Amino acid sequence: MLYIKCPYCGLRAQKEFSYGGDATVKRPNINEEVSSEDWDNFVYMRKSPRGKHIELWQHIAGCRQWIKVQRDTATHEIFQTAKVTEEIR
Amino acid sequence: MSQPFRLNKEGLINRNKKISFIFNGKKLFGYEGDTIASALIANGIHLVGRSFKYHRPRGFFGAGVEEPNAKLQVEFNGHSEPNVNATEMELVEGLSATSQNCWPSVNFDIGAINNFLKMFFPAGFYYKTFMWPKSFWYKIYEPFIRKAAGLGVASIEKDKERYEHKFEYCDLLVTGSGPSGLASAYAAAKNGAKVILAEDKPRFGGTLLTDDVSIDNLSGKDWAEKIISELKSMPNVTVKNRSQVFGYYDHNMLVMFERVSDHLEKKSKFTPRQRLWYIRAKETILSTGSIERPIVFGNNDTPGIFLSAAAKEYMKVYGVLVGKKPLIFTNNDSAYETALEFKKNNVEPIILDTREEHSSELIDEAKSKGIDIRFSHGVIVANGYKKVKSAKIGKLNKDKNSFEKIETVDCDCICVSGFWTPSVHLASQSGNKLKYEEKIDAFIPNKKKQHETSVGAANGSFTLEESLKNGFENGSNLSAKITDTKTEIAIPNVNEKKYGAHDKFWCMPLPKNENPKRFVDFQNDVSVSDIEIALREGYRSIEHVKRYTTLGMATDQGRTSNLNGLQLVSNIENKIVPEVGHTTFRPPFTPITIGTIVGREVGMEYMPTRKTPMHEWHEKNNAVFVDAGAWKRPRYYKQGNETLFEASKREAKNVRENVGICDVTTLGKIDIKGPDAAEFLNRVYTNAWMKLPIGKARYGLMLREDGIVMDDGTTTRISENHYHMTTTTAQAANVLSHLEYYLQIVWPELNVNVVSTTEQWAGAAIAGPKSRDMLSKLYPDLDVSNDALPFMGYKEADFFGVPSRIFRISFSGELAYEINVKSDHGMFMWEKMMELGKEFGNQPYGTEALSTLRIEMGHVAGPELDGRTIPSDVSLNGLVSKKKDFIGKNSLGREAFNVESRQKIVGLIPIDRKSSIPEGSHIVQDQNAKLPNPKLGHVSSSCWSVENNNPFSLAIMKDGKNMIGKKFFAVSPLKNKSIEVEVISSHYVDPEGKRVRS
Ligand SMILES: [Zn+2]
Repeated sequence: MLYIKCPYCGLRAQKEFSYGGDATVKRPNINEEVSSEDWDNFVYMRKSPRGKHIELWQHIAGCRQWIKVQRDTATHEIFQTAKVTEEIR
Repeated sequence: MSQPFRLNKEGLINRNKKISFIFNGKKLFGYEGDTIASALIANGIHLVGRSFKYHRPRGFFGAGVEEPNAKLQVEFNGHSEPNVNATEMELVEGLSATSQNCWPSVNFDIGAINNFLKMFFPAGFYYKTFMWPKSFWYKIYEPFIRKAAGLGVASIEKDKERYEHKFEYCDLLVTGSGPSGLASAYAAAKNGAKVILAEDKPRFGGTLLTDDVSIDNLSGKDWAEKIISELKSMPNVTVKNRSQVFGYYDHNMLVMFERVSDHLEKKSKFTPRQRLWYIRAKETILSTGSIERPIVFGNNDTPGIFLSAAAKEYMKVYGVLVGKKPLIFTNNDSAYETALEFKKNNVEPIILDTREEHSSELIDEAKSKGIDIRFSHGVIVANGYKKVKSAKIGKLNKDKNSFEKIETVDCDCICVSGFWTPSVHLASQSGNKLKYEEKIDAFIPNKKKQHETSVGAANGSFTLEESLKNGFENGSNLSAKITDTKTEIAIPNVNEKKYGAHDKFWCMPLPKNENPKRFVDFQNDVSVSDIEIALREGYRSIEHVKRYTTLGMATDQGRTSNLNGLQLVSNIENKIVPEVGHTTFRPPFTPITIGTIVGREVGMEYMPTRKTPMHEWHEKNNAVFVDAGAWKRPRYYKQGNETLFEASKREAKNVRENVGICDVTTLGKIDIKGPDAAEFLNRVYTNAWMKLPIGKARYGLMLREDGIVMDDGTTTRISENHYHMTTTTAQAANVLSHLEYYLQIVWPELNVNVVSTTEQWAGAAIAGPKSRDMLSKLYPDLDVSNDALPFMGYKEADFFGVPSRIFRISFSGELAYEINVKSDHGMFMWEKMMELGKEFGNQPYGTEALSTLRIEMGHVAGPELDGRTIPSDVSLNGLVSKKKDFIGKNSLGREAFNVESRQKIVGLIPIDRKSSIPEGSHIVQDQNAKLPNPKLGHVSSSCWSVENNNPFSLAIMKDGKNMIGKKFFAVSPLKNKSIEVEVISSHYVDPEGKRVRS
């Protein structure tokens, strides 16, 4: 079971969180024209990297904040966590 | 009552407390502190089981977790448990143990005929023999295999014991209380670290209890006791015996299995039997020690053959002799300690040493004590069927591949030592990439992936001095990094015997024309020839050899067989061991009970139960409940001998004719507040929300970004910046996360807050033509006329002294209202409604009637909104705004969503107006068509229409709207039914929706 550092609550067990997918995907702006290619990329196309991956998790059984987690998909090592308003590089 | 093999004084058992127990029907006794194994050996009993495949007689081989043979069916404390390790299970009064895998008895086992037919049971036997015909599997092969190759028998009784889970956090977890473990724990504790020290056995100290050493002028045992009592007195230290750390998971999470009370004769009702610990450790010290490995020789599985260290442990810990005429068969010095221990107890051993004559501290001591040592010697084959009687021994030639001399010597036990294998299971589980250490012919931890450090014998350091130094240093350094404190500890003076080099010899050759079985894996009956066959048949990867021969796959995980198996493969393949590699170690290290894994999550505690505030009333009024997620909802209220069908029909009919009330507390409720709330709803829902007046409700539809319908429900504007959203019971949690996602990540600029209020409100729906009359009784001072409270209207009003919310919304399609009061007042509200509704014919109705009402109205719910439908599929495109943007809008333009033949919701009625159509049925044109019969759609919801008194179903059907009036078949292979149906509109009752507005 992973040990995830919520930027608001501190280190908590994985079972308090739910997974939310790739955090680098940006939704096209509302009320703006978007090409169907861009839209399809946003809805469907995801990378499945082996290695570092920045992803979203929600602390559902805690503060309910969505957070960013940089995790190695092969080893599960977590390098960094951040608020969604912060950058992970 | 005499115990012929019990020594007079030796051992750590409590001789003041006798314990009686039963083995295979015979009453015996042992002492407190005995294991089943030590007590049986004290009574001279060695034959305890039959082997897995050949049903060969088997005895004890080890004295702890390494034991491959002695697995018993044990009954104690009122339960029966299979595969209990006799070398670990402590004796308790009244315990009864029986041998497994033998019939009719362990002394006379019919299955032993397999031993004489052994040419039929080579490696891969099961794969080769039980191949075909396929139809034989179920009735002939499987029962045969199960009967012939079973271990113990699992109980079918309910487990009455209590099991617990515990979560713990620490700076340092130390797994094993041998010298290196004690030193690590002590050093870390002195640095102020939070330490957990776990010991699998009942007694702390590991090898210190059996080795002839001294530390700071104390015996090993006394030093261990001193350290343990000091650790126990420290508030930052938790010391646990009978606790096996069996799994190493991600992010330094280790799982430990504690045997809390299996050794107790009496215990309190609330004492758990076993406890599972989830331990999150910042650092882990793996001081799991090492396990002696055997040397392979003929009939090496005969009862009376032991690992040499186990024989010593039986003497020193339990005061028990494994035999009175021992042969010690070794390739190293450690077995000399066993010989010296025998000698000390006036038993004369013979040592067979595979090494050439040489000298070392231990050899010299043995010589000086007059022990018979024969160098360049080994056991070729053990004689005796149910117990060793003698051994054919041989003097090896210089190349150790043939014999210079062969003779037979009498003996009653053989103690064998083929050197030591570090227990690297936990390190390997943690992801550590092991390396092969030539010096000790074994794998040791090398490249770590997690915060773990192996010390002492587990790391390949076999001297006490090194182990202690290793332990103190690592314990101190690792903890100092965490606590920022470093306490200097003087490393104690050690007195131990120096060992000479071992012989890399692991398997005895066979003389010409002799072919006794030589076992590598005892528990799975894998012999040298089985592995040879596997390689001859082309298996190369060690993982494949393992699966084909089942080498190391038994419950002992090959603790005594892995390395000999690897040696054998590498010899045949002409490779070195590291090239062959090792198989993967997986948790659990030792078998653990299912009860411990489950813990307290059984019966009512299996999952949380959510009850509405009116639950007790439902119970008292014969409600039959149905699970809706964790919620319990009344499915129907049973009157007399009513069936579900009859009751739901009665309840639904009463709503259509009079009035009924339904507990709708379980609907998800979300409070939405903030100046941008309307804008947010406008983006979340497909329809327009900017102009909803205060005091009005609106039905809304929510999509996922891919255009699929996510949920539906009503949202009411309570005040200027305050909305009350309802969701379906099933989607409540998902919708909340969905809203939070958009507010926190996508549109943080919107000033809106959302919070779940599902638990805060109790809800009741009042539905039926007489609901307004009933409402006016409930609110005598309120104007509830159609003008004052129209469809989709909202009012706050006093309900007999209790604040309440009235929503005029309807799921049943009838004139209906929903009343919400604070949860605490839910029961008051419900009882008042039952009381005042009497004169209108009010009856409660459950989810089954609720379904009937919504299905015949053509209202969609979960079965239609199944994650595959878009709004137009379910006739909700009227709710999709063309003017504004919203979540999922861009996806609705997808080509596949707009083809003419796209699936659509329709209604179905059976041609005979009688046959109910099973939900899940496929709609086909021709019920007799050749398979695969093209599927035109599926039946999503079915009911008995109380309005029209015949069955009615909703279906999702290709090109549905153009199919109206046509006939098809609804086929359910599951129910073996095929029903001719006619397609009609999905709105079967009141298609214009007049009633809700009346
Ligand atoms: Zn949090």
